[in-house]
Amino acid sequence: MSVPADGLHVPSAHGHDHGHDDGSKTLLGFWIYLMSDCLIFSGLFATFAVLANATAGGPTGKELFELPYVLGETALLLVSSFTFGLAMLDMHAGRRQRVMAWLVATFLLGAGFIGMEVHEFAHLIHEGAGPDRSAFLSSYFTLVGTHGLHVTAGLLWLLVMMDQVRRRGLNDDTRRRLSCLSLFWHFLDIVWICVFTFVYLRGAI
Amino acid sequence: MKLKAVIPRLRYAGASAFLFLAGCSTEVLNPKGDIGAQEKSLILIALGLMAVVAVPVIVMTLVFAWRYRAGNKKARYAPNWSHSTAIEVVVWSVPAVIIAILATITWRTSHTLDPYKPLDSKAKPVTIEAVALDWKWLFIYPDQGIATVNQIAFPTDVPVNFHITSDSVMNAFFIPQLGSQIYAMAGMETQLHLIAREPGTYAGLSSNYSGAGFSDMHFQAIATSQQGFDAWVAKVKSQATTLDSSTYDALAKPSEKNPVTYYSHVSSGLFAGVIGKYMGDTPLGGQCAGTQTRVAALPSNLKHAKAAE
Amino acid sequence: MFGKLTLSAIPFDQPIIMGTLLMVMLGGAALLGFVTYQRKWAYLWSEWFTTVDHKKIGVMYIIMALVMLLRGFADAIMMRTQQAMASADAAGYLPPHHYDQVFTAHGDIMIFFMAMPFITGLMNLIVPLQIGARDVAYPFLNSLSFWLTAGGVVLIMASLFIGDFAATGWLAYPPLSELKFSPGVGVDYYIWSLQLSGLGTTLSGINFIVTILKMRAPGMTLMKMPVFTWTALVTNILIVAAFPVLTVALALLGADRYLGMHFFTNDAGGNAMMYVNLIWIWGHPEVYILILPCFGAYSEIISTFSGKPLFGYKSMVYATAAIGVLSFLVWLHHFFTMGSGANVNAFFGIMTMIISVPTGVKLFNWLFTMYRGRVRFTVPVLWTIGFMVTFVIGGVTGVLMAVPGADFVLHNSLFLIAHFHNTIIGGVVFGCLAAMNYWFPKAFGFKLAERWGKASFWCWLVGFYVAFMPLYILGLKGMTRRMNHYANPDWQPYLVVALIGAVIILFGIFFTVLQLYVSVRDRVTLRDPSGDPWGGRTLEWSTSSPAPFYNFAVLPQVRELDQFWTDKQDGVAYMRPNRYEDIHMPRNTGVGVFMGLFGVVLGFALTWHIWWMAALGLAGMVGSFLVRVYDRDTDYWVPAAEVERIERARLAPLQKVGLVKVAVSSEDEQKAA
Repeated sequence: MSVPADGLHVPSAHGHDHGHDDGSKTLLGFWIYLMSDCLIFSGLFATFAVLANATAGGPTGKELFELPYVLGETALLLVSSFTFGLAMLDMHAGRRQRVMAWLVATFLLGAGFIGMEVHEFAHLIHEGAGPDRSAFLSSYFTLVGTHGLHVTAGLLWLLVMMDQVRRRGLNDDTRRRLSCLSLFWHFLDIVWICVFTFVYLRGAI
Repeated sequence: MKLKAVIPRLRYAGASAFLFLAGCSTEVLNPKGDIGAQEKSLILIALGLMAVVAVPVIVMTLVFAWRYRAGNKKARYAPNWSHSTAIEVVVWSVPAVIIAILATITWRTSHTLDPYKPLDSKAKPVTIEAVALDWKWLFIYPDQGIATVNQIAFPTDVPVNFHITSDSVMNAFFIPQLGSQIYAMAGMETQLHLIAREPGTYAGLSSNYSGAGFSDMHFQAIATSQQGFDAWVAKVKSQATTLDSSTYDALAKPSEKNPVTYYSHVSSGLFAGVIGKYMGDTPLGGQCAGTQTRVAALPSNLKHAKAAE
Repeated sequence: MFGKLTLSAIPFDQPIIMGTLLMVMLGGAALLGFVTYQRKWAYLWSEWFTTVDHKKIGVMYIIMALVMLLRGFADAIMMRTQQAMASADAAGYLPPHHYDQVFTAHGDIMIFFMAMPFITGLMNLIVPLQIGARDVAYPFLNSLSFWLTAGGVVLIMASLFIGDFAATGWLAYPPLSELKFSPGVGVDYYIWSLQLSGLGTTLSGINFIVTILKMRAPGMTLMKMPVFTWTALVTNILIVAAFPVLTVALALLGADRYLGMHFFTNDAGGNAMMYVNLIWIWGHPEVYILILPCFGAYSEIISTFSGKPLFGYKSMVYATAAIGVLSFLVWLHHFFTMGSGANVNAFFGIMTMIISVPTGVKLFNWLFTMYRGRVRFTVPVLWTIGFMVTFVIGGVTGVLMAVPGADFVLHNSLFLIAHFHNTIIGGVVFGCLAAMNYWFPKAFGFKLAERWGKASFWCWLVGFYVAFMPLYILGLKGMTRRMNHYANPDWQPYLVVALIGAVIILFGIFFTVLQLYVSVRDRVTLRDPSGDPWGGRTLEWSTSSPAPFYNFAVLPQVRELDQFWTDKQDGVAYMRPNRYEDIHMPRNTGVGVFMGLFGVVLGFALTWHIWWMAALGLAGMVGSFLVRVYDRDTDYWVPAAEVERIERARLAPLQKVGLVKVAVSSEDEQKAA
């Protein structure tokens, strides 16, 4: 009765075709999702702002944060955004092998970022400055950790996309998904810049 | 000027609506102090103002629905009529004007009825520190050096300054016949200023749900003459009980339906200590407990910064 | 192995809960047995559970909402009975431990699992039809949203029988909801059921914004969109803007409870006021999320049954948008008594009052829609008129409490309870039931029986006034909310009257159920063969009842508001094209069901600290999603011949009465030329 949409039908043959997604709907929806995610981060930033001085006698940001280390983390994430940008350029040019290469580079940089963050957290907890020490540390771990969870989800997504590009090549689906992932990745980059500025820089002063 | 002449009449309109509903026996509409009286009149004025729009809307709803019922072929039918600039202007502007008047009243009364605002009076105010515990109220009279559980007394026509906190979850301190309520929150101090004009024993309660024993968390507020108050203080002082840190810790444990209890002596600084113990050893901790920092519902680190100054 | 879960978590010693459990189990067993006996499992699975059809998803939302209405109402009548009994410090029949859970569950169920699913269901059912679309933007996501919400329902129902529910009040204010004061699993059930359904709601919000912005029929500009769709658009924008804040608030509370953090604790620098702010930054828009689609439904109903276009359409749209924006600027009016300064209080009070202006305008617009109309007193119209009168009273008391000075004596009293029930029952519940009666034929192809619908309306209306007017008075008498018992015997008569009111409402609910039963029984006589049973004005009435799975064989062309009405006037409402085309449709999928299921596993495991099971649930959710990601067979084409067969059958009765015309396509015109 029904025919799978495996390319046998040319969408343009159907004038009033609402069922098929040309990608613009997905991108709009993804933008709206990012805005809602942005609100989650806004909530966490606001919470951090309220609790930044509530150290309850525990260590302050100034005592805890090691700016050079965090700068290293930041560099990894910023470069990963750049490599993802290169991947997108190659995607538009249809160069599949180079897309793969840049995705791998992005993944490694992102994984490095997460590795450094986990190490930093472990170090803080070891020093007795865990999230249960004070409201300030609760809000710090939650804000930075939520960003870290997002990046981790992004890494998982990257793995899936590398696999899909390897199996299926650059078709409409993978291109659309890569575009969304690219938005997501850059979004996390921007959030991180805010984290770096408002949490680490401001805290260290 | 004209507005001022109209407002009292609105009060009667509002009052008549509520008389119909509630008779006279409601505590909130039968206040025994200045704050309550002002709030009652505010309620009636606001209701009267809103009745200007609300009553016509209700009447028009019923009248239009009936007049233009499908069975009534005599009524005019205008199947395409859906716009009238004149009507639109009226329906936007009349509510807007009423809200503008109400907004003015709101702005003014929010300031005059601010619970933190001390009351004008020649009499020296009585200070009472209230601590919400699970599930009873502890009251400390710092000037008299006494404390009570679930009962307060104060002279009529004398302002009473309440300093309120909680050593547990959030509660609210409320004596309906005297007026405003305010939350009691741990690690913070809120303030309330009331005055009674008629002697009597009024019901006081926590109006913010606080757990299993909440329903019994009420107290008596006795407004009496100066002599009556002095006698009450003497009665409390005649007890051989002292509220020190160990009796306080025992009292602070959760308990329900606590009887009225008097303490003839109370360690000084107990109230500040109850607030201070939640502040940790933060730089602002000691100060918050010591000075009367205003608690704001909008948390802001700016305030912390100010407190630290 | 099983975390905090032991057999003692099941309250065997509580006869009320065990009796309920027994009834639920017997009822459930009877239902499952019936389905098995009728051999309907395959049908239910393939046609309903796995569906991505927005209409069926909408119906499932509404069924869920009606079931949860019964649960929430059972809680309500238990509370009313307790308060009617527990005078002069009598104990009543519900100890605080149980009673406190009941009022918490009542609030959460009615808002999150009755009202929200009902309006989401209505939007699902109607919005794509009103804008002339074949489905929503993301059909799979829509199914996922539903099953996540259903997962929340399962969790909150599980809390009744396994362990207990939060005893904190419906918003779980800390520090009471912190581990120190609520060590049980109740608050954890609360957190995870709300997080699960909240995620579903957010996703559905994104889905509908894109649907409305991107999938309107050709020619339907924003200002030619039906009002219900407008309200749905604003509501979904509010959802996407507000629900993330709820997610944050609950996540931080969870961090306190699970990881020992100090966001809202009394000690270590925590700040409970922040939770109160966050929860109301979500909470106040939430009430407009609920009421706006109901406003939209009233608008459609009053216009259709008055036989006139809606008065002041543009005003209506601007008023809706204004309410949407203002709803984010008023949250502090929920806690004027927290001790913010007079300036802050006055600002939020005045902002709140300003909302009443666009709301008032809406009421006037409905009034003038009836003016010079021909109002037919059908069941939806009765609900609408009942709403208009009732809501005015709720609005007046609401504006009254927006005056900080007045709120200082009314806050947290039964006056407040009466006020918000006045707006939520009088506005949202009446609106949902009006909409159900109005759009039921579009979903099922037959109308609901009028008689029992009217009986239900009168019981609800009278019951509402009898139940809640005494609460207004009690609030003025100084009775505060959430009391398990009270010393003052003066209050009892009012509470007895309120109980009687609740019983009258019970009859209203019973008559609604009866109405559904009678209507299904008499479905042949109540049949709607035309697809347009009320003389409708908007596009959903232009297709058949029930609408075919593809909604429209030919996408409608829109040139003006109320296009279908104009088409009927011009005699071109039912056009048969000379040639049908293939239609592209999404394929059903069970992934949403599995993700919801694993979501329940995750939430349950987290509630009981069963960590391996939580890992399993999370892995299951991610894994199911990956299955979907790798699935390439997600859509299919309906051949033109199939469409033609369905459409011929549908147009046949209309053709008999000479309504159908044959369209001449532009291609043919060109050929002829």
